[in-house]
Amino acid sequence: MVSLAFHNVSLTYEGSGRAVRALDALTLEVMPGEPVAVIGPSGCGKSTMLLLAAGLLTPSEGHVEVGGAQVVGVRRATALILQDYGLLPWKTVADNAGLGLELRGVSRDERRTLVAEALERVGIADFARAYPGELSGGMRQRLALARAVALDADLLLMDEPLSALDALTREDLQDVLLGLWQRRGHTAVLVTHSIEEAVYLGRRIVVLSPRPGRLSAVVDNPAMGTAGYRSSPAFYERCAQLRGLLAGEGAVHPGTAPEIPVRAES
Amino acid sequence: MSAVRRAAGYVGATVVLLVGWWALALAVGSPALPGPVVALTAFVTVWPQLWPETLVSLARVLVAMALGTALAVPTGLALGRSARADAVFAPLVFLTYPVPKVVFLPVLLVLLGLGNAPKIALIGMIVFFQILVTARDAAKAVPHASVLSVRSLGASRWQVARHVVVPAALPEIFTALRIGTGTAIAVLFLAESIAGSNGIGWYIVDAWGRIDYPSMFAGILAMALLGVVLYELLDALEARVTRWRSAGR
Repeated sequence: MVSLAFHNVSLTYEGSGRAVRALDALTLEVMPGEPVAVIGPSGCGKSTMLLLAAGLLTPSEGHVEVGGAQVVGVRRATALILQDYGLLPWKTVADNAGLGLELRGVSRDERRTLVAEALERVGIADFARAYPGELSGGMRQRLALARAVALDADLLLMDEPLSALDALTREDLQDVLLGLWQRRGHTAVLVTHSIEEAVYLGRRIVVLSPRPGRLSAVVDNPAMGTAGYRSSPAFYERCAQLRGLLAGEGAVHPGTAPEIPVRAES
Repeated sequence: MSAVRRAAGYVGATVVLLVGWWALALAVGSPALPGPVVALTAFVTVWPQLWPETLVSLARVLVAMALGTALAVPTGLALGRSARADAVFAPLVFLTYPVPKVVFLPVLLVLLGLGNAPKIALIGMIVFFQILVTARDAAKAVPHASVLSVRSLGASRWQVARHVVVPAALPEIFTALRIGTGTAIAVLFLAESIAGSNGIGWYIVDAWGRIDYPSMFAGILAMALLGVVLYELLDALEARVTRWRSAGR
């Protein structure tokens, strides 16, 4: 498993007519095999962080390292999972799951085996020949995960992967994500708008400030992943603590629980 | 839609058309508009002379559309995906697109003679521009998330084009092709009737000149048939290459 590190990373891009500073001197280290959740108000540069880590953006200042090596482009074993799943509607479930392998020139036979395993792992093996348009939102998300599993990715970067799902499917998928991590032990960065999701899936929770995104707080969450955590008092306490921190950032108003999930504009 | 329902639809539409035609011919009462019985009898009678002309016309449209599409799709997609190329060539396209290409027919006839070349060039040019503009817009509209996700998997520019841009643009390209078919056949008629000595367009005008109205109408029927066949071919091709669109519906 690999580590991920942001060293004093800033990113400024040309918006419409003016320079926009999306991230400001962000320093963060993610240990090998550690699942980290990132939460913060809309437009705080959370998605930018992931694109930088994936090698799709280059920092204006500072540098990003994966496994000790500076990120200069797309890395083979990094998987990026986007809010709308990044699935291609014209490819079947199997072809979507195997796309990363295909692009890397893995032979058809080998691809078939790896894809079958990956689809099995996320529980959609029966839909290998269907198209994404025929799947429910939850199954599409499973497919996006299957692509990362088929690639044998050791670093999963997830940009609000569950934000479009209804509450029940969402909890279901959170368990899938947790199960995958517990079995595979990959390094994970999960960007989310949901306090509960951050607490359920992040061993550490990083709170970013409004634009320009800056590290505002890091919350340790050692009980993450323990059995029955979601319904334990410790879980609720952690959520309350996080809500308080976010209120300090102006992201939520104290006392407005239960939280209303917000659809983000990326 | 199942094949049976589709066939039933065609039969129903044909019956309505035939009855309307028959009523209209009766009302007009001119030999220039024969009724369906006269025209269809003539169609069967003159078919031995008509089918070679139909084949010539079909070949011209097919070659012209294939050439126009083959040139327009890559160009249009490239313009849509490259801001730099677009900045240079888009003004050129927008200046030339509204010019009715059919006015260049005399020029083409002078330059390319009276054979297949000027007809194919003219139709190809018209199809080229229609597909070019559509492909460009379709490539521009490709969802950024699709491109990002495929690039994050390590796709090169060409792989992005092959796995994302081309399939995303296909449905719109087919729509443009279908609309282009109508224009292509209309221009084919014009080009064949003005110059040359074969093709259905020539056949219709020739029969007209001989005041052989039943034969002229047989030619018109052949032209209509040509349109239907092309349209159906495109439909079948589209269903094949954009299979995902009909899945689960």
